[in-house]
Amino acid sequence: MSRPEQEWHAQSMTALKAGLDGGAFTSVELTHALLDRIAALDDKLNALITVTADEALAAAERSDKVRATGNGGVLNGLPIIHKDIFCTRGVKTSCGSKMLDNFISPYDATVVEKLSNAGAIVLGKSNMDEFAMGSSNETSYYGPVKNPWDLSCSPGGSSGGSAAAVAARLAPAATGTDTGGSIRQPAALTGTVGIKPTYGRVSRYGMIAFASSLDQAGVITRTAEDAARMLGVMAGFDERDSTSIDEPVPDYVGGLKESIRGLRVGVVRQHFDAGLDAHCAKKIRESIAVLESLGAKTIEVDLPNLDLSVPTYYVVAPAECSSNLSRFDGVRFGHRADNAEDLLDLYCRSRGEGFGDEVKRRIMTGTYVLSAGYYDAYYLKAQQVRHLIADDFKKAFADVDVIAGPTAPSPAFKLGEKVDDPIMMYLNDIYTIGANLAGLPGMSIPCGFVDELPVGLHLVGAHFAEETLFRCAHNYQQHTDWHNACPEDFE
Amino acid sequence: MRAGWEVVIGLEIHAQLATQSKIFSGASTAYGAEPNTQACLVDLGYPGVLPVLNEEVVHMATMFGLAVNATVQRRSVFARKNYFYPDLPKGYQISQFELPIVETGELFITADGGEEKRIGITRAHLEEDAGKSIHEGLDRRSGIDLNRTGTPLLEIVSEPDLRSAKEAIAYMRKIHTIVRYLGISDGNMQEGSFRCDANVSVRPAGQNELGTRAELKNLNSFRFIERAINFEIDRQIDVIEDGGKVVQETRLYDSDKDETRPMRSKEEANDYRYFPDPDLLPVQMSAEYIENVRQQLPELPTAKQRRFVDQYDLKSEDADLLTSSRSLADFFEAAAAATSAKAQLVANWVMGDLSGALNRDGLDIADSKVSAGGLAGLLTRIQDSTISGKIAKQVFEAMWGGEGTADEVIEAKGLKQITDSSAIEAVVDKVIAANPGQVAEYKSGKEKLIGFFVGQVMQATKGQANPGQVNKILKDKLSG
Repeated sequence: MSRPEQEWHAQSMTALKAGLDGGAFTSVELTHALLDRIAALDDKLNALITVTADEALAAAERSDKVRATGNGGVLNGLPIIHKDIFCTRGVKTSCGSKMLDNFISPYDATVVEKLSNAGAIVLGKSNMDEFAMGSSNETSYYGPVKNPWDLSCSPGGSSGGSAAAVAARLAPAATGTDTGGSIRQPAALTGTVGIKPTYGRVSRYGMIAFASSLDQAGVITRTAEDAARMLGVMAGFDERDSTSIDEPVPDYVGGLKESIRGLRVGVVRQHFDAGLDAHCAKKIRESIAVLESLGAKTIEVDLPNLDLSVPTYYVVAPAECSSNLSRFDGVRFGHRADNAEDLLDLYCRSRGEGFGDEVKRRIMTGTYVLSAGYYDAYYLKAQQVRHLIADDFKKAFADVDVIAGPTAPSPAFKLGEKVDDPIMMYLNDIYTIGANLAGLPGMSIPCGFVDELPVGLHLVGAHFAEETLFRCAHNYQQHTDWHNACPEDFE
Repeated sequence: MRAGWEVVIGLEIHAQLATQSKIFSGASTAYGAEPNTQACLVDLGYPGVLPVLNEEVVHMATMFGLAVNATVQRRSVFARKNYFYPDLPKGYQISQFELPIVETGELFITADGGEEKRIGITRAHLEEDAGKSIHEGLDRRSGIDLNRTGTPLLEIVSEPDLRSAKEAIAYMRKIHTIVRYLGISDGNMQEGSFRCDANVSVRPAGQNELGTRAELKNLNSFRFIERAINFEIDRQIDVIEDGGKVVQETRLYDSDKDETRPMRSKEEANDYRYFPDPDLLPVQMSAEYIENVRQQLPELPTAKQRRFVDQYDLKSEDADLLTSSRSLADFFEAAAAATSAKAQLVANWVMGDLSGALNRDGLDIADSKVSAGGLAGLLTRIQDSTISGKIAKQVFEAMWGGEGTADEVIEAKGLKQITDSSAIEAVVDKVIAANPGQVAEYKSGKEKLIGFFVGQVMQATKGQANPGQVNKILKDKLSG
């Protein structure tokens, strides 16, 4: 039985797939409905930089035809949104920056290609912190994204547009990227599910690089099952990315229903220190208790170098970004300053005008830590500490299957609250950065509310343990209802 | 060399590796295409693209390392060298810094004094080439051609073991020969696929401490390298003798003015901020892989030269010349194997008439109009006395002109040597009868006239009479 049209947006991707496959509605109808919703609601949120309505409808039409022949990929006809960091052929790919405001990508990122080949319909490109550098979405050239739960709050960042769009039911799924928490923190702050898989699980080809050794593509959805469905398509070896890993992709959806009886859940002593909001801490403990009630065993573990993760990250990530962003020089693409006097002037003004403050801050920091005389003290030292942090996780995963804890130290903060204090802003990623430094899969799932704002439970697994995370999250969601909560103005 | 001074030179040679596609992309490396037609998105440094290592370059670098008796590292790392320039699309060059693929090798050159001298090779590392800036013909604007961007280079760094421009050239030629032997570079200097920078310093003879060096860039022919180094040596000695100090700097060689000039000092102030490229995994090689490459190494010039002397009994300098390129050596061996003629004769012909004809027509040995087998056929006919060496030159020219094999030419032109004694006797008799005066002189003791008689007989037989027989018959008859 088909549901009323106005409720399509509230359905999970899994439910929508059943509706499409069962002939209850068409992809064109669904796409129309979501495009209308975006047109009606996104002014409040600023979640999208580009809406690709014409392309989406044309693709939806094609997908309906394919379905009529009994064919089509596993995501055939299902609408999604791409973070504007993924290159999409023929479409503006801005990376949230003035530098690329005029950039039309001539090619598709591997993630974009794979999702399109599976039949997904791209509704548009989501807003983000400039070059993914930020934890509040306030560094975007296109203005901040608003949190659907409280429009005066930040949705987190850098994948804030994707998270807000999914939370506000503009699309059932949106891609994201996560260098230090950029999928998981906004997921936590918007009450959505976000997974950053193992480093190398998803190809980085066509994903505009911030910090190559930390960047990983993932997805934001409302249910663990939808995330499993999406990641199953996105994951896999890509010969165009030397750091992608040639490891078979398991059937993530198929593995969801197994119980978590006997699952060893690590609880990190250092997670519950003074830095964590007390109300959030309570929610996290309650959700861990839910996992216990489902048969999981909790074990206390130590991550002794956790406090070093933020400083380590803020050496490694800027170092890599300072080099990765050198290609934006005004010569071949992107912003070019007018009437340059000479080459140096062209470089200085193109970059000076094209990049925002946070990007400049990180380029300068990165340039500094790589400079002759400072390299050993900063970059090399940071790499050594990075190994220590990875070793801590390795030891912990000898005893546990999953580490559970907070995703962020507090619920969503007010826009403008931290923007002038970079250190405070950076500390927002303290619980998520470790997984990036160690290359581990991490996931945030909604686990309750504090002051009517969502709180996220952070699950971290061993390398390639995405299945375990999905299973844990799915079991939790079968017994809780937090993921079904919808912000009032977006029901 | 100016008395009282010692020169210290180290070379950094850039050999372009002869791969079909670029080091980190699938774009073609072919030379001479229209600007920017052989640069793909990876070469252009587009947002989001990633490098993927061309495995062939690892194989080639390994071959080189083994050929110069170096350590081929089981693990090497690509690093980024960061600097801004319009012909460097990414704003960094992918190179190797702390952990190069090849370390501590050596080769031997003939030093100025004629003795064999060991030259250390510090390292050889893989890197990508940059594009080209074009300033000419664009009306105060600059153009950029990115075709060359991402072309694989092997940078070969020598120890400062070279003591003169001549030694530097000898070393460079040796490297040039090796890379072409290995087939890893075409060594074409005009197209820039083999070029070098030279670090040059001078110090008072006997001093241990090195002098301040200048780095000479833009050296793309053996002649220019020699001239640039010699100019620089003189310049530095002049500076010091005039009470000045040599400044550490990069200098460009201007071949038109035959001088070196400092580059703008701005480009000297670069801090390249090297760090391991996070887009590329370290290159890991198994011992088996390296051993496999070693097994498949072709015979190298030095070993081949020695073998040519031993096996073919060639003069050492002839063996040197024949082994200076693999194709020349192969040609010689193929010809020698296909004829009963002495190897030295084969060598003489390859180095003489054949090389002469190639030079005259501007051809490479690979495009020779007379094949190794064809030359062997000709030399066999000298060996079996079908023709004389002199006639053979005539036959060779005809073969070069496409008139057929040696036998076909000999047959068609009737150049077969006359070995029938009675026929030669008849001609000798005629010559004696026609020159009574010379006969009388000969008989009175002027025996040098034998040459005159031989000449007459050969003329009468169009050179086809067997010279040995002619001599013998003439002497017999004249003394009779």
